[in-house]
Amino acid sequence: MSTPVLDVRGLAYAYPDGHQALFGVDLHVHRGERVALLGPNGAGKTTLVLHLNGILTAGAGTVSVSGLPVTKANLQKIRASVGVVFQDPDDQLFMGTVRQDVAFGPANMGVRGADLDKRVMDALDQVGMAEFVDRPPHHLSFGQRRRVAVATVLAMEPEILVLDEPSSNLDPASRRELADILRSLDVTVLMVTHDLPYALELCPRSVVLHDGVVAADGSTRDLLTDAELMKANRLELPVGFSPAHIGSLPT
Amino acid sequence: MGAGHGHTLHYHGHSLVHRAPAHLKVLALVGFMLVVVATPAHWHPAFAAYAVLLLGAVLASRVPLLFLARRMVVEMPFAVFALLMPFVADGPRTEVLGLTVSEPGLVAAGALMTKATLGVVASLTLAATTEAVELLAGLQRLRVPDLIVQIMGFMVRYLDIVAGDLRRMLTAMRSRGCDPRSPRHWPLLARSLGALFIRSYERGERVHLAMLSRGYTGSLPEMSTPTHRPHA
Repeated sequence: MSTPVLDVRGLAYAYPDGHQALFGVDLHVHRGERVALLGPNGAGKTTLVLHLNGILTAGAGTVSVSGLPVTKANLQKIRASVGVVFQDPDDQLFMGTVRQDVAFGPANMGVRGADLDKRVMDALDQVGMAEFVDRPPHHLSFGQRRRVAVATVLAMEPEILVLDEPSSNLDPASRRELADILRSLDVTVLMVTHDLPYALELCPRSVVLHDGVVAADGSTRDLLTDAELMKANRLELPVGFSPAHIGSLPT
Repeated sequence: MGAGHGHTLHYHGHSLVHRAPAHLKVLALVGFMLVVVATPAHWHPAFAAYAVLLLGAVLASRVPLLFLARRMVVEMPFAVFALLMPFVADGPRTEVLGLTVSEPGLVAAGALMTKATLGVVASLTLAATTEAVELLAGLQRLRVPDLIVQIMGFMVRYLDIVAGDLRRMLTAMRSRGCDPRSPRHWPLLARSLGALFIRSYERGERVHLAMLSRGYTGSLPEMSTPTHRPHA
């Protein structure tokens, strides 16, 4: 098989205060896949995400992105190819206008002038926010800010898009619009979420992280219909939601 | 939160004053202020001329006078100080409305009020006719150090968010039977301001993480993207 976009092997990490969050995580994501990363609070999901672009440095084990190991020397390249969209768009959007914010990433990579402008507009087009390009982020609705946050990362043309709780705090219509956008993107996606129906809708494959190790890895539908596995990992579906009875999923 | 919160000082319009380049407006304001402050207190005709000039600018901007008047509450601390001056200053005494007050104190208070009012109205006019983003771009054109412009930019961006945090905390306090206005609850209010500081500090750390994730290496990249825009 080809080189995985994301290759995590035996990753372990303890925070400086001694709390160990990850105990040997193995995870491979291949080009074009959309994978959901599931797990209860405190399972180590966010810690894992912060390793993917080198914000945290592995205590043991390795992380590679398209064959390139995540090390200090490769940091700029890694951050260009792993796009992390954080949970709170107000943390992600810190510049005065949408244009400046979306330009921030590519500008850090040295893109200038007309190329930069094109990157910005292309990224905003992909999330349907092009008309808001000169607005200040705090004048947008929460759903719009989340979409711009995705665009800030798309503008860097990453090989893999990592989303932390993309559906949190969105109203149902915004949640569905974001799903449509994510499906339309031609990019590998790793999505951290508690929203299991969202995972089922968007990601054919899911990985369950529990107590700092991968507890399960397989088809999302198989995982969500395995009652014992779900219970063992503190995962619960919304009342009345039954994946076994859903005929076809949007593609 | 959402739309419409960032406009407390800005008054949307298309007047000549609105359209003037931000850096010229900043220069004009600073120049005007220096001249006003440097004018001796007893040159009354000069102050009348400044007032006429300023009023002309306000009228040209078509910002309603009431809009500016309401925002002049920021002058209150100066007004209180000016009111106290005739009572606490030394010098020959004089009678005003049956009260014995210091004559130099009275003159100084008058001068302080005049200069402060001119300054506040001029600054409010700048704020009412210039969007924060343009103002920052103007400061950049005036070669104000990048770091200062960046800090001001972050302040503009996050002011609403921190104010929203504070509003929610106060609402939560009220919902649990505490009145933040009553002096009895001021210690509690002080503690929640501490909590607000910690929250904002933590947000700062998260913003920094988000910046690092997009390749930030310590200085903002040059982004010479067009700042002007067609007004709808």
